Amino acid sequence: MEMVHSIKPLLAILTSLVAAFLILFTGERHPNLRDFWSIAASVIKFAIVLSMLPIVLSGKMIEFTLFQIWPHVFLQFRVDAFGMIFALLASGLWIAVSFYSIGYMRGLKEHAQTRFFFCFAIAIFSAVGVAMSGNLVTLYLFYEVLTVSTFPLVAHKETPEAIKAGRKYLAYLLTGGCFALFSIGWTYYLTGSVDFAPGGFLAGHGTANQLRLLFLTFMIGFGSKAAIMPLHEWLPSAMIAPTPVSALLHAVAVVKAGVFCCLRVILYVFGPKLLSDLNLWIILAYVVSFTIIVANLLAIAQDHLKRRLAFSTINNLSIIILGAALLSPEAIKGSMLHIAFHGFMKITLFLCAGAIYVKTHKEYISDMNGIGRQMPFTMAAFTIGAIGLTGIPPICGFISKWYLCVGAMETKHIIFLVVLLASAILDAVYFFPVIINAFFKSPQTSNPGNHISEAPAFVVVPLVITAIFSVVFCIFPDAFTHFFKIASIATQNIMGVH
Amino acid sequence: MMDFIVSHYNYWIYIVLMMIGFYGMMGKRNLVKKLIGMNIFQTAIILYYVSIGCKKGATVPIIPEEAHGVIHHINPFNYINPLPHVLMLTAIVVGIATTGVALALIILIHRQYGTLEENEILEIRKND
Amino acid sequence: MISKNLPVLIVTVPLMTAFLVVILGLLKRKLCYPIAFLATLASFIFSAMLLEKVILHGTIHYYQGGWLPPWGIEYVVDHLNAAMLVLVSFVSLMSLWYSGPSAEKEIPKSKIPYFYSLYLLQITGLLGIVVTGDMFNLYVFLEITSLSGYALIAMGEKHAPMAAFNYVIMGTIGACFYLLSVGYLYIVTGSLNMADLARLLPHLYGSKVVLTAFVFFIVGISLKMALFPLHIWLPDAYTLAPSSVSTLVAPTMTKVGAYVLFRIIFSVFGPHFSLEVMPIAHNILGWLAAGAVLFGSIMALAQRDFKRMLTYILVAEVGYIVIGVAIANRMALTGAILHIINDAFMMSCLFLVAGAIVYKTGTRDIYQFRFLHKKMPLTMAVLIVGALSVIGVPPMCGFFSKWYLILGALAAHKWVFIAVILTSTLFNVAVFFRVIENAYLEPREPAYAHDGGQPEIVKFDEAPIGMLIPMFLVAIGIILIGVFSGHIIASIIKFAIPANI
Repeated sequence: MEMVHSIKPLLAILTSLVAAFLILFTGERHPNLRDFWSIAASVIKFAIVLSMLPIVLSGKMIEFTLFQIWPHVFLQFRVDAFGMIFALLASGLWIAVSFYSIGYMRGLKEHAQTRFFFCFAIAIFSAVGVAMSGNLVTLYLFYEVLTVSTFPLVAHKETPEAIKAGRKYLAYLLTGGCFALFSIGWTYYLTGSVDFAPGGFLAGHGTANQLRLLFLTFMIGFGSKAAIMPLHEWLPSAMIAPTPVSALLHAVAVVKAGVFCCLRVILYVFGPKLLSDLNLWIILAYVVSFTIIVANLLAIAQDHLKRRLAFSTINNLSIIILGAALLSPEAIKGSMLHIAFHGFMKITLFLCAGAIYVKTHKEYISDMNGIGRQMPFTMAAFTIGAIGLTGIPPICGFISKWYLCVGAMETKHIIFLVVLLASAILDAVYFFPVIINAFFKSPQTSNPGNHISEAPAFVVVPLVITAIFSVVFCIFPDAFTHFFKIASIATQNIMGVH
Repeated sequence: MMDFIVSHYNYWIYIVLMMIGFYGMMGKRNLVKKLIGMNIFQTAIILYYVSIGCKKGATVPIIPEEAHGVIHHINPFNYINPLPHVLMLTAIVVGIATTGVALALIILIHRQYGTLEENEILEIRKND
Repeated sequence: MISKNLPVLIVTVPLMTAFLVVILGLLKRKLCYPIAFLATLASFIFSAMLLEKVILHGTIHYYQGGWLPPWGIEYVVDHLNAAMLVLVSFVSLMSLWYSGPSAEKEIPKSKIPYFYSLYLLQITGLLGIVVTGDMFNLYVFLEITSLSGYALIAMGEKHAPMAAFNYVIMGTIGACFYLLSVGYLYIVTGSLNMADLARLLPHLYGSKVVLTAFVFFIVGISLKMALFPLHIWLPDAYTLAPSSVSTLVAPTMTKVGAYVLFRIIFSVFGPHFSLEVMPIAHNILGWLAAGAVLFGSIMALAQRDFKRMLTYILVAEVGYIVIGVAIANRMALTGAILHIINDAFMMSCLFLVAGAIVYKTGTRDIYQFRFLHKKMPLTMAVLIVGALSVIGVPPMCGFFSKWYLILGALAAHKWVFIAVILTSTLFNVAVFFRVIENAYLEPREPAYAHDGGQPEIVKFDEAPIGMLIPMFLVAIGIILIGVFSGHIIASIIKFAIPANI
């Protein structure tokens, strides 16, 4: 594949690192300037990422080698089609969330805002770093920074409960990190290389059992961030974090980084051929199918809105991994699309949950009767996100799920199709009551009347925009950011080598 | 067997001395006795070094003046090896310095706790 | 002139200054600190020059008084000890810089000249151990280091003399064992020069005397470098020492011990001896080191005294280095040497932070660190860098040595060691995040979180600039070494590993 050497990947990554330190040094003294840095960095970052899009669309790859870490291993950024999807998603949604979090944090008069925005910028820095990493070592570097930088965000409230959630988060993710480190070391030992290659580079190295064990440790390592059961426990607990964190990090950046790493391992380290030769795909597919169903069943039982969304996230993350595990071109394309589209839909849902919290301080679904009359824009956006995740057109969830189902058919294992459809039904089971509660039940408490009182514009506008995008991407899957085309290119690359 | 023991008597002596010193350091509670044990330990090693430099029937390594010019007639078996002895001068100095430091510490410890028995000191530290 | 005599100048400058400081100190006490600083700075500059020379021209030999080896004392500077010299002198320079404000507070005024004299002697000893190519000379420097160390540690807080006394006993046993080992080697070879010994010993590998010498050496140096289970003197001694002393001895003494272990095993006995004649030695070392890593990490978790916690971390870190030596393949040795460098920086960084906290708050209790991020934000930032490095988060340097150790263990199929390294990483996470949580987060009641109420106002009250600059330099060092670890390996460590491994 053709390589283009450009410093743009580095610039895109560094933008938010620089912004992080500007935020830190500006501090509480000039809150407006501090928040300006966030927004400016997010816009610049997205612009840089976007400027790389045409090159990727023309089937080329952008590469930038910073320096040698040790012989034959470089700190290297490589933007291929798959990395582009995640980079676009993370940096694009950062703009929305930057505005949103300013409204949210100020609306709630939260404490330690400087620390919050600092860690937030570092987290985005590392998430985009993960997306653009050219090899496993660079990937691991950003992966660990992402883990550590998110800890202060999870424990932001500093209540005993929040600190406990933070500890749980660290315990799960750093244990996973240890497994990942071990696996990367092993890969390097077996092959002498850590560079990603479409279609994998492990084939022909090591014995079958070694590779099986290696795959297991890889999946434990990165799967902990992707919240595959039984490594999911941290994610619902982490919902104690402020909503922008839950929205961007626990629906888009952090968990998606986990999924992204899993997909990198499946498709770019092991490769579809090796996985099907070793029969590993079917084991992985069953494990994630279990997660898909059980996470959705657990979601039904949650009354706390954000926790319900968290279980829905667990479900969708596993759907993405299932798509890759099925190893058929359509399913892989579907799962790549789902990374992007699920990001848009889930962030809408989280932002709605946050907006409700800012306005009414309500967190439980049972308290939200009639809230749709008070906050129609918010709940309309919520409805769009919810039915989108269920997979009903014309919301973009339909597109990705369609390809996933087609892919499941291709494998001739109908059970996975059943799993996908069952999960869609369960999605409906836990989302629709929220919508019904909000719009059709009358409020229990003294009615504020039918007059509309929405959250601040900083909060509402971003979520309406993401909701609109969720619809647009269904009707024109190739609009603006060309997610559809990129996913096709990535799939071609992987299967082409096959 | 007996011959082996007798012919290596210097080693046996140093081992016995060393063990006595080791016991003193580890087994005794009184800090001064520990220090004495340490001294015996060091002395044992000095003795060992001194003994390995010795040879039966050899003399001090001072070459007589008339031997100048006929150096190839010098028989090394006639002279003891001076190097280990010289090394031990240094080791003795180190030993004395160590003893000095340890004694100074013991004075400090006695001022602080009013006792030199290790178990009593530990008791005091625990209650502190 | 200077460039020719660099190896000996590194040692003699601080040695002579140590005496000068006492004399000048009697006249004017204020002079002690700047003079000691200048001497250490000179050592550091000389070391750096030496390192450059070694990288450009290869090993440097220096014959003391012009006596040729094996009769005279020879100083040999190759890649390994050139790097060690820079490392030790840099860490010493940083702690001496830092000791300016710190010692003023902790050491009685009348003892300041003696303090700096001992401090310089300690540095002399450490540098001497590294630079010498002679077994007995090494013993002498070892004792210079230890003796000044005993006295420096005894200057600490209340129970320090007792801790120092225990250290005297254990340290002397270690030194005596080392001396015995040298004696045994002398019996069979008649030489004390390391290069000469390395030439003579391969013919004597079968000799029981050589075996005994090896065992005595390992035990002796294990005592000095505090390898589990011979570490018992370390936590007390390093916790109770004055902060400016623990910042010097904690990072350097154990690392120099590890250097001696590495040097004697691989340069004097030769890798073939321990790997082929006595493979069990490596096994035992490996298991002890694994024990050290686990024991140190677990014990660190049990402490609430920050400095004592660090001393146990130090015990674990020594374990890491010895694991690398025990595995003894190229990767693992790269990891071991890199870890010697990294760990000196990490420990220096953390002990500097501990000292600064004690300086400002007077407490070492982790649970009293609340609001420290407001009071001392810069110190806490340095703490985070050090902590992340010990945990092994890239791009801090701690990650890279762990990576090489893991690769080495993989190549040697030592799965247990990998498990130990990774498990201890998790323990380290728990250890350090407990500190960070206490320092950064302000646990409140849930209801309190939303009412916007302000917690008690904590003013910005940082450590003096003289303590902050060294801390920041070390922290920057941690990141730079991490980022440039590839260069360090390619230009230094690659040549430091014996070629026949």
